[in-house]
Amino acid sequence: MAKQVRSLVIAGNGTNCEREVAEACRLAGSEIAEAVHIAELLAGRVKLEDYHFLNLAGGFLDGDDLGSAKAGANRLMHAPVAGGGASLAEQILQFIKDGKLIMGVCNGFQLMVKMGLLPGTEQNYQQQTCTLTHNDCGRFIDRWTYLQTDTESPCIYTEGLKGIYLPVRHGEGKFVVDTDATLKNIEAAHLAPLRYADAEFTATMEYPANPNGSIAAIAGVCDPTGRVFGLMPHPEAYVHYTQHPRWTREDLPEEGMGLWLYQNAINYVRTHLL
Amino acid sequence: MPCRIVVGLKDGVRDARGERVKNEIRQHLGLELQAVRTLDVYTVDAELSSAEIDAAAKGPLSDPVIQNVAVDHPLATDFDVLIEVGFRPGVTDNIGRTAREAIQYLTGRSFTDGEAVYTSVQYLLSGAIDKATAEQVTSGFLANGLIQRWTILMKDELDPAKGVPVSIPRVDTTTKPRVQKMNLNVSDEELLQISRDGMLALNLIEMKTLQSHFNDPQVQAKRSEKGLGPELTDVELEALAQTWSEHCKHKIFSAQINYEDEAGNKETIDSLFKTYIVGATRDIRNNLGKDDFCLSVFKDNAGVIRFNDDWSMVYKVETHNSPSALDPYGGALTGIVGCNRDGYGTGMGARLIFNTDVFCFASPFYDKPLPPRLLHPRRIFDGVVEGVEHGGNKSGIPTVNGSIQFDDRFAGKPLVYCGTASIMPAELNGKPCHEKQVQVGDHIIMTGGRIGKDGIHGATFSSEELHEGSPVTAVQIGDPITQRRMFDFLIIARDRGLYNSITDNGAGGLSSSVGEMAEDTGGLEMHLDRAPLKYPGLQPWEILISEAQERMTLAVPDESLAAFMQLAAEMGVEATDLGLFTDSGYYHCLYEGETVCCLDMEFLHEGVPQMQIPAKWEIKGHQEPALSGRDLQTDLLGLLGRLNICSKESVVRRYDHEVQAGSVVKPLTGVANDGPSDAAVYRPLFDSFEGIVTSHGICPSYSDIDTYHMMACAIDEALRNYVAVGGNIEHVAGLDNFCWCDPVESERTPDGAYKAAQLVRANKALYEYCVAFGVPLISGKDSMKNDYHIGETKISIPPTVLFSVIGKIDDVRKAVTMDVKTPGDLVYLLGTTADELGGSEYYRMCGELGANVPQVDSQKALHLYRTVNRAQQQKLLRSCHDLSDGGLAVSLAEKAFAGGFGICADLDKMVVSAELSDSALLFSESQSRLAVTVKPENKQAFETLFADCDAALIGEVTTAPILSLSRGSRKLIDSVNEQNKEAWQAPLREL
Repeated sequence: MAKQVRSLVIAGNGTNCEREVAEACRLAGSEIAEAVHIAELLAGRVKLEDYHFLNLAGGFLDGDDLGSAKAGANRLMHAPVAGGGASLAEQILQFIKDGKLIMGVCNGFQLMVKMGLLPGTEQNYQQQTCTLTHNDCGRFIDRWTYLQTDTESPCIYTEGLKGIYLPVRHGEGKFVVDTDATLKNIEAAHLAPLRYADAEFTATMEYPANPNGSIAAIAGVCDPTGRVFGLMPHPEAYVHYTQHPRWTREDLPEEGMGLWLYQNAINYVRTHLL
Repeated sequence: MPCRIVVGLKDGVRDARGERVKNEIRQHLGLELQAVRTLDVYTVDAELSSAEIDAAAKGPLSDPVIQNVAVDHPLATDFDVLIEVGFRPGVTDNIGRTAREAIQYLTGRSFTDGEAVYTSVQYLLSGAIDKATAEQVTSGFLANGLIQRWTILMKDELDPAKGVPVSIPRVDTTTKPRVQKMNLNVSDEELLQISRDGMLALNLIEMKTLQSHFNDPQVQAKRSEKGLGPELTDVELEALAQTWSEHCKHKIFSAQINYEDEAGNKETIDSLFKTYIVGATRDIRNNLGKDDFCLSVFKDNAGVIRFNDDWSMVYKVETHNSPSALDPYGGALTGIVGCNRDGYGTGMGARLIFNTDVFCFASPFYDKPLPPRLLHPRRIFDGVVEGVEHGGNKSGIPTVNGSIQFDDRFAGKPLVYCGTASIMPAELNGKPCHEKQVQVGDHIIMTGGRIGKDGIHGATFSSEELHEGSPVTAVQIGDPITQRRMFDFLIIARDRGLYNSITDNGAGGLSSSVGEMAEDTGGLEMHLDRAPLKYPGLQPWEILISEAQERMTLAVPDESLAAFMQLAAEMGVEATDLGLFTDSGYYHCLYEGETVCCLDMEFLHEGVPQMQIPAKWEIKGHQEPALSGRDLQTDLLGLLGRLNICSKESVVRRYDHEVQAGSVVKPLTGVANDGPSDAAVYRPLFDSFEGIVTSHGICPSYSDIDTYHMMACAIDEALRNYVAVGGNIEHVAGLDNFCWCDPVESERTPDGAYKAAQLVRANKALYEYCVAFGVPLISGKDSMKNDYHIGETKISIPPTVLFSVIGKIDDVRKAVTMDVKTPGDLVYLLGTTADELGGSEYYRMCGELGANVPQVDSQKALHLYRTVNRAQQQKLLRSCHDLSDGGLAVSLAEKAFAGGFGICADLDKMVVSAELSDSALLFSESQSRLAVTVKPENKQAFETLFADCDAALIGEVTTAPILSLSRGSRKLIDSVNEQNKEAWQAPLREL
């Protein structure tokens, strides 16, 4: 069999974006791009280790009833896997150790943060040091945002990108940290590759360009390897120009800016993991 | 030992919820507080060790970065009043359910029966506030007494060691199941009393029909065979009342109506539904011949039409008015997730792709005294918007189209319309997916949520006006996640061919769903004691008719039962085998082996007597007003700020309108993403550029003059919005949702004959215009008792029809938006303008009604819409926007500020039916008009194409962002975009 990039999206219990995330992976060149219900993983019929690129999609895991993705994180850590094997959380740690890729979008980002996977400094992927909480405006918001990229970030997904435009759709997207030291570490290591920005791609704290009041305007965070990445805006929502809110009045290329993140990921797998 | 886990924010963390509550208390009640902070409380009533409680508290129940947590110890400090609000016993507690699941994962042990987690919220109020005021704040704003209860403690009343005492809202489960016998051989007055006491909503004729049926010796003989006496059981009476309710049987639309028009001509109409609605679709399908695109109409939970060779599209619009009046949040949430079940439960099942919603409210700024039991329109607004937000967003379904209509008569009952579209494969396992058939011997399987006392009598309650005794049990709270899990499971079961039929449990619960499915086979045998309950203590009749949410009923054949049940278990979905579909001819229910209900299927479904309704139309002699001395520029700004016209952006942004990645024309558009789109264009498949277009029309204000034209205008409005974005006029279907005030003449409704005549006229227009436009009706709903009647006060809503359309665009890349694009583009007005300000927003602003209600010329309109479609195919239109409320001036103002450029136009160029006043030119609401812009180089091609339409070149797009409207050299309007946009955005910005 020819070498294939294999991408997985975990679905179920309130994920909503699994179909379009799988489609984005496919468009970006992943030969296998599957949205699989978590029951298949818990039953042991589908194994994380068989994939290169894990996607945690947006949605409302368990209705975000205990705070965004809290109950979802608890499930990954504690739900029994058939045959008494490693929990999904442990499998995810092994996945990272194996040099593979994880991207969480929106609820998927919230899930990663609450499991302690991000920012993953000092190889610690199990201690929560930051969180995503209620937007300052106190409400859910659907709005397109300009995002400034950090060209010095190790993030493999945003590599080579100057600035992107994507929608946010969340009620709990305000990024906060436990201590100033955590923020310092993030900034020193360039682990915040995306920040909410004005139309000139300059980071901003102004509402609504910064739609939730995130500290340091942080919209996405990666680990020091750059392979584990989470972001509130939805890259899978802009893979074709007709998804842009102003496509009827602007000249836009066929491919949307969100697709770039997936292309970077798939290219990385092809170069490093196949 | 039950314990309380309290979770609060750490110092320095912003309490966005508390701030919002503080602001809303100020806005709603005019009470200025220093601060409001909030805490979450989990009351855990389960056998857990203190280590397990501690792990739960510090694990899934709190966020260590921003929250503190305490067990059996208060976190509340520095407050003047503490208000804790929790649910009443038996009310759906979604957060409690999730907390329970989380603790089960954590401990690896399941909760036993009766163990549960209950949630509540503590509000800590600081400021000058006494206990009585706190009580007002709670009952008037923080809580809804129908579903919630509360504790109020002043700061010195809180025990600093233990905190708020533990209180568990456990349902009293000591009641023993018991079947009661009902004697119907009583006086007429007593029969009516039985109906009233039981909240059955059956009238005397219906009660007497039951009486004579059960006195029939043949019926009695059959009953004694089954071990039943001559008296009917409460289970039977309830099943009959649900099935025969206005809500389920549509008795008014099926009635025989004796109609008399203004000239005294008389006519008998045998069923409005069959004559005008089914009749229209039948005639249109005949006219379409081989081009007929209808697949399943009227017979299922939603209508189905062709999308392409491989896919079919499904659409349903529901109303959920009565529950939303009592509990706006729960009512609206249940409305949307209930409509989702209709979309899923059509044919063999369909994937949900988008929602639409239309609300009718009184002004949120209403400042007159309200009669008893009515919630303030602002609370209704907030609650409904939030309910639909949670229902749609959490279910992962984009809300792509909607509107809000305002009229203070909607204080009596708000209207909450929820629509859901879904998509299904044209064929599934070799059979048309839109068809289904229960087989004799199939198992009756209920999946999803459990049954509780919630939603009992919803169907009969909504068949009545809102009155003193309206039941609190009619209120339910939806649970989008339980439903989402069920749909994830069902779509796999569908594709594996594990069931023969499916329908949802909505109004009437199992009684309706199983009863309707059993019409396929002609009988059923159901064991009510097997149904999974939320808590013990339900009576058999309650199990049968409970409208507890998130349940679907399926017919599963023997051979796939095991596979079905195993898949359900793996995916965490409860599924229960309740019995069998039979061909016995009887609706047979048992409880612990004893027959508790045995009804003749035919009597149940066909036995309801036809109502007779008088209807008499009269011309009310409305007059056109003589307006003078008005400033047109001020009037335009006034109109832009009218609630019916102004921006609804604050609401639109709270709905996810982009999830599933298919929204091509979004609700907001233009240079700053904030202009008002006419319709939604949606691309449902990743591998095709074919799209679905949806839009709607609703114009209740014209009903005050003539419901015939109201209906015609609603149809035209929906279609011109649809065509504006590029929807194909040859491939579009309609859905009619009638919301009326009671049209049956009685002591309480002395003007019933006029209201019934209004209903007849709307139906006549519905038939005539749908046939003329070639738009088949595929589904619809009626809600006929939208009145409030308590004491001397009666409020009836204006007769309202929401006309929704769904259709196709062959290539979404040819869609057109409403915003002007480039300076120098030519501005054309398509259609004819007449003096039609009757019922217009302009007259309403002036405090007038008028007489000249807009009328629709369907032949001219159809020709225009076909021509617009051709222009879109040739990419000749740079922008296209419909003219509706506020007429030309509002439409051009919106086009200009959405696009960020100006428009300069000479209104003397317009095509008019007669010499018109300035205000009529600017604000007339003549139908079938569109304003478009065209590139100058396409002038010739455009004008050739529109040569036989009323198309007038009235001006051009300008770089200067100014709306400049004149008649020849005389300026009427000269207003900068910024000013117009501010007037349009300001009114609802902060809501």
